[in-house]
Amino acid sequence: MLCKELIRKLSEFLDGELGPAEAEELTSHLEHCEDCRIVVDTTRKTIEIYCDTEPVSLPEEVRERLNRTLVERLGLNLNKPSRLL
Amino acid sequence: MSDLIPKGIEVEQGLTLRKSNSDTRLMLTQLENETTLVAEAQAGKAEAFVTLLNQCNKYVFRVALNITGNRQDAEDVLQETILNAYTQLGGFRGESRFYTWLVRIAVNEALKKVRKRSAERQVSLDEPVETDEKSLMPREIEDWGDNPEKRYAQTELQQILTETLERLEPQFRVVFVLRDVENFSTEETATMLGMSVPAVKSRLLRARLRLRERLNKCFKKGLNGALQRANSEAL
Repeated sequence: MLCKELIRKLSEFLDGELGPAEAEELTSHLEHCEDCRIVVDTTRKTIEIYCDTEPVSLPEEVRERLNRTLVERLGLNLNKPSRLL
Repeated sequence: MSDLIPKGIEVEQGLTLRKSNSDTRLMLTQLENETTLVAEAQAGKAEAFVTLLNQCNKYVFRVALNITGNRQDAEDVLQETILNAYTQLGGFRGESRFYTWLVRIAVNEALKKVRKRSAERQVSLDEPVETDEKSLMPREIEDWGDNPEKRYAQTELQQILTETLERLEPQFRVVFVLRDVENFSTEETATMLGMSVPAVKSRLLRARLRLRERLNKCFKKGLNGALQRANSEAL
């Protein structure tokens, strides 16, 4: 396998979507190609770092503003416990 | 040969740490009382609609923030998504999860914002799939060492990630956000964006490689703190 073939199949490899034979061929290439090992590892790390990002909480004043707008525009009559956001 | 593989480099197929995003996966598969709440909301019970929204809002906001790269735009997107969802609720047939349906609305709203803000050419998701393999080949190949993200404070890291993602072209960014941040499947992503599965795969590969290349400037091994900061500022 050539390096460019590995790059073309990189996503499918990282997503576990390659068949056994292709995965084996790619793994075998990685055993002797340090550059490709680094690319695989750092691409995997890139995905994992973004995967770990937490959802962002809205600041209270933004929540209040959004709630007011939504209640007005939707015409909803909500009790405090059912407030949006 | 396997003893040549440095520590921390795994050559097995697949990602090993995706479990850290398990709360998102929970959202996608186990929205509490979804069927009942959707039926009640469609029958006009506002509290049911609100209960559904409250299980999804922060994730929808994250999608909006990651696609627009702008907090004010993300707030607007969240608001428009909720308003649209309420008015279109009658048309929801349960063919997808409620959360997927909501994200689809959010993605459309977020892309409207991006298109409007962009002074460059129109952002189109219908552009042909790129086939130039030469441009795929990584230029910077350097080891990052173990846990490169830990060399940064949390807020600094968040800033690097946000700015790096923001600089990615919108047609790649939206695919990366849905597949790798929100963990939607390739098929779900393709359906949401009205694209083919091969087109999603092609853009995802390019998005991953471009982000890797740009993060390399911050994460490569051997950089000291000051240089790391200078690199992140230059992003």
